Amino acid sequence: MATAAEAARPPFWRNVRVLRILGQVIFLALVAVALRELYLNLEFGVRRQGQDLSYEFLRSRAGFPIKEGISYSPNQPYLRAFLVGLVNTIRVAAVGIVLATLLGVVIGVLRLSPNWLLRKAAQIYVEVIRNTPVLIQIVFWYFAVVLTLPAIEGGFSLGGVFFLSNQGTAIPWPRAGPGAGIWGLFLLGGLVVAAVMWSWRTRANERTGRPHHRLSLSFAVFLALAGLGYAVAGDALRLDVPRVTGLIYAGGFRLSPEYTAVLLGLVIYTAAFIAEIVRGSILAVDKGQKEAGAALGLTPFQQLRHVVLPQAMRIAIPPINSQYLNLTKNSSLAVAVGYPELASVSSTMINQAGRAFQITVMVMATYLTMSLLISFVMNLANRAVAYRGVRR
Amino acid sequence: MRRSLASKAGIVVAVLALVAVACQREAPGPEGEEAQGEVSLLQTVTDRGVLRCGVNETVPGFGFLNPDTNEIEGFDIDFCKAIAAAVFNTPEVDDKIQLVSVSAEERFSALRAGNYDVLVRNTTWTSSRDGTEGIAFTHVNFYDGQGMMVRTNSKFKSIKDMNNTAICVTTGTTTELNLADRFAELDLTFEAVTFEENPQLQEAFIGNRCQGWTSDLSQLAGIKSEWPESDGGPDAVRLLPDVMSKEPLTPAVLDGDSDWQDAVEWVVHGLINAEELGVDSGNVEQMAASPPNADVANLLGAPLEAGAAPLDSGLGLQPDFMVNVLTAVGNYGEIYDRHVAPLGLERGLNALWGDGGLQYAPPFR
Repeated sequence: MATAAEAARPPFWRNVRVLRILGQVIFLALVAVALRELYLNLEFGVRRQGQDLSYEFLRSRAGFPIKEGISYSPNQPYLRAFLVGLVNTIRVAAVGIVLATLLGVVIGVLRLSPNWLLRKAAQIYVEVIRNTPVLIQIVFWYFAVVLTLPAIEGGFSLGGVFFLSNQGTAIPWPRAGPGAGIWGLFLLGGLVVAAVMWSWRTRANERTGRPHHRLSLSFAVFLALAGLGYAVAGDALRLDVPRVTGLIYAGGFRLSPEYTAVLLGLVIYTAAFIAEIVRGSILAVDKGQKEAGAALGLTPFQQLRHVVLPQAMRIAIPPINSQYLNLTKNSSLAVAVGYPELASVSSTMINQAGRAFQITVMVMATYLTMSLLISFVMNLANRAVAYRGVRR
Repeated sequence: MRRSLASKAGIVVAVLALVAVACQREAPGPEGEEAQGEVSLLQTVTDRGVLRCGVNETVPGFGFLNPDTNEIEGFDIDFCKAIAAAVFNTPEVDDKIQLVSVSAEERFSALRAGNYDVLVRNTTWTSSRDGTEGIAFTHVNFYDGQGMMVRTNSKFKSIKDMNNTAICVTTGTTTELNLADRFAELDLTFEAVTFEENPQLQEAFIGNRCQGWTSDLSQLAGIKSEWPESDGGPDAVRLLPDVMSKEPLTPAVLDGDSDWQDAVEWVVHGLINAEELGVDSGNVEQMAASPPNADVANLLGAPLEAGAAPLDSGLGLQPDFMVNVLTAVGNYGEIYDRHVAPLGLERGLNALWGDGGLQYAPPFR
């Protein structure tokens, strides 16, 4: 019997299992060969042009000025200039994501408002913004809005501490004083105590069913400790008030006109898309859910807060993730208005140092890393709100 | 059927190993490939019948898109025409040139990529550009320096007064680097507002985003001459007397093609020599017919006496290429007078060496 089965077994080239593996092996080999060809071609071309593929140049002096961002001087190496660009990109992307989400949710909810005027206004906003290119919008904000503010000599000033002109906005900003270290310890302690309070109140609520008030109570103990610490440490914070020196602002916290224009452009553009996602997600929650909430005696706000929004979040998070990625990548359009973010600094680097290939690879790898990080965080958020039963 | 992760990983490793072995077997030999020899651009361009020049279209006087004629014209453009006249050996070059307008940022990579044949776009010759950009510079066609433009009604008398100001500058230029160096040297605090192109820069300057605009003096003079009437015309801005750097503007070609480099270089030399010898677009025909001396005969590739063989320098161009060049655009002085003098720029450094300037070309001999 066994020998008969052995004989009936097909040769290996007829074996589906072997064929499948073989197919994959051949495909992988082809991909590898193609990649290798491309690389050799690149290496050859680059060498023929008298260039190289090393990254040594990153250590030589950059030489060009960058007008804003973390501390930098033209005497620092290219790597530092790259870092300045990266931080500037993160600065605009992170703030942009937060603001675009807030604005987008508000507009999205307004799109469903029973008030005709609000609903129509939100609709016009979405239709106008969503249907014009973001580059044009950024250029518009910069040249037509920000730069038409009065020049610094005739700029607005509020009590000599807030400034607004076409050189940007400057506001007072707290800076760490000598007592900041001790105060920082108190803040840390406050956080720990607040966390303990939170979990205690949560457990008490689960045990007894009495209202937990965990948010307000945790916040109160944190504030109390922070206040106590500030009194103990003394001189922990100093207010850095901006002033006009020559024709630029010094001190305080300064939003440059370029940053302002890019941020406005990105936030307003992305918010239109987020608004549509929010609207669609709310509409996607079955009407019966809301009615069931009403039947339980929940107020309209409670229905929204406890029934509709948790379910809408589930639908909204994946597409909103794409919008965050878009916003981050669109920040590279800042080059049009001279905001020195990653793409802009890199293209200057390419021009001053040559080495287009290496710098382009660095830029691509950096954007990829940023995008993957955002996706990672959003996937965590998605998992947190997913239906427990269908989690995979 | 689900295969375990381990067996999948095994397959990938096996394939990679295979490819690695294959790679080792045939080591890349770029030298061998290079030795096959490439056709010089001089030949390619001649065969193509069209010369492609990388130019600027935003600098009045040098390369500027004339809104009336909708054509790019200027000092650099005439050099492109001169090269075309030499290569195609005809004074009629208008349909034989293609002007590719490139930004400061992309000019070198576009040249390397072969998007055009010669870069005549107010490009400063520097050691690192010569070394790392894979390009070769020919002969300086304009000796320039970096200046600073401010509003006429501002109180700046020199760049020393410009502490705590915002300065507009095009990104990716030597100007940007000089700005940082000079201001650091003078211990001045400043903010560099950078744009890729002059038009945006001008918008920002007019919008008072910056108090100074720094660039090559020639560019600034050109831009000043075309300053929009809506903002007060050319008198609304003025140039500070400071010269912040040396900016030798030089046509450039791809590295490693000496035939092509020689051709471009000798057209520039020829234009300068012609001015020195007094040959211009008006008298070139007559000079070629009966050269007054051996120098002119050599320049124009004309026989000094009837029946004598003219000088052929072996540049791969026709011996009499300068006749066509001079008929097409005139000599260096004529090109200068046509495009740069109207901007109010004196010859200065660009006068011939005999007149106290720097323009000095090797002889045709």
